[in-house]
Amino acid sequence: MKPDPDELFELEVEALIKEIHTAYGYDFSGYARASVYRRIRRFLGQKHLQSIEDLRKFLFTDSFFFENFLQEITVNVTEMFRDPTFYKSLRENVLPILSTYPFIKVWDAGCSTGEELFSLAILLDEEGLLGRTKIYATDINQKVLRQAKDGIFSATNMTAYTAAYYAAGGKRDFAEYYTSNYGSVKFNSSLVRNVVFYPHNLATDSSFNEFHLIVCRNVLIYFNRALQERVYQLFDESLVDLGYLALGKKETLAMSGISDRYDFVDKNNRIYRKNS
Amino acid sequence: MHDTSRLIVIGGSWGGIQASMKILQALPADYSVPIVLVLHRLRNQEGSLQELYEKKLLLKAVEIDDKAPLEAGHVYIAPANYHVLLEKDHTFSLDDSELENYSRPSIDVTFTSAADVFGENTVGILLSGASKDGSSGLKHIFDKRGTAIVQHPGEAEIATMPLAAIHSTPGCSILNVERIQAYLLTLHGH
Repeated sequence: MKPDPDELFELEVEALIKEIHTAYGYDFSGYARASVYRRIRRFLGQKHLQSIEDLRKFLFTDSFFFENFLQEITVNVTEMFRDPTFYKSLRENVLPILSTYPFIKVWDAGCSTGEELFSLAILLDEEGLLGRTKIYATDINQKVLRQAKDGIFSATNMTAYTAAYYAAGGKRDFAEYYTSNYGSVKFNSSLVRNVVFYPHNLATDSSFNEFHLIVCRNVLIYFNRALQERVYQLFDESLVDLGYLALGKKETLAMSGISDRYDFVDKNNRIYRKNS
Repeated sequence: MHDTSRLIVIGGSWGGIQASMKILQALPADYSVPIVLVLHRLRNQEGSLQELYEKKLLLKAVEIDDKAPLEAGHVYIAPANYHVLLEKDHTFSLDDSELENYSRPSIDVTFTSAADVFGENTVGILLSGASKDGSSGLKHIFDKRGTAIVQHPGEAEIATMPLAAIHSTPGCSILNVERIQAYLLTLHGH
């Protein structure tokens, strides 16, 4: 019987993942396969490549091409104030408690191009906490970290972002936070004056500090259960007692080994607090 | 008897809520095949489809959490703003990447992923809608020898979605809601 082309594709992807690890040091072995297959198929289509074999020729001879591939495989679609009720809840249920600390440390894990980071910074600013908060913004991808640092976003999304900002309980005129220029907007760099941008790979790197709040939304959905477990342990090690962990709206600690040590602050918005 | 080697995936857009509700109301609480429901809706919409289905169905209606396992007796509803993928170990993976066919969740994404995992044991049902999303996914199900069903365009509130699917998969079964119900009941317990 002829081998099923999809099965063949899947076998080739497994071999490719090993080769990438050897050649570039990035380990995708713990990534959720359904999504990896989809991202690679999509990338092949974009580059007009017929097969994994064709892809390999470019991937291992052209590091610029690899950067490009990396950015496609690690999904970098993000938006400001995604799920406004989450930000509203953070403002109402978490920031008042964080304000009792003299100095606040936040980890935005998998910050991508920075839309979430700027949303958090605006929230902290409006609650009068930004001056004594240090945010560590990390991502596996150096290119998106540079973009996050610049804080320049396309103007086409600003209507939606403005609506989301007010739905999240925004207190000012949203336009005060940015300047517009030829189809782009640049957010005030003072918002990220206390932000440390730092390459960090959740799949392989370890804990590097202790935080009062870790925000990691819709990043772990691209990992399999085993890798998710590794990251949850890493977050657990990196949170102070009574620290907060904010996940994406459809992510859960329920299946994880650390779930006993965490209570819901807001079940709908998946905000957890470490109970010891 | 639980039958998690099979999967029913249902997609719809405008008019899809009503049609899927009618179909699913006929199924018993212990219906043996898990069902995934992908409906287009407004982005960042907070109000819950889940509550609506929970009230009217005997089946348990849940909004999909990342990595949740498939179980019989459940209707799994695609959450707003995520694509829904199926893994080989019969768990869900969520995905918040680019819109497909202007939609997230996209029916094509879930249908295609379901067919990759469940192959000929996939039943895809495409209902009323004002979009062409779902037709390439339904074709993928058909190509993998799964069952491809389209709501009769004459009965659908908006026929665009069924017509697009019939055009791309001429071999699909074209059934009205009553016949779809009857067909799904024949799968129960086998």
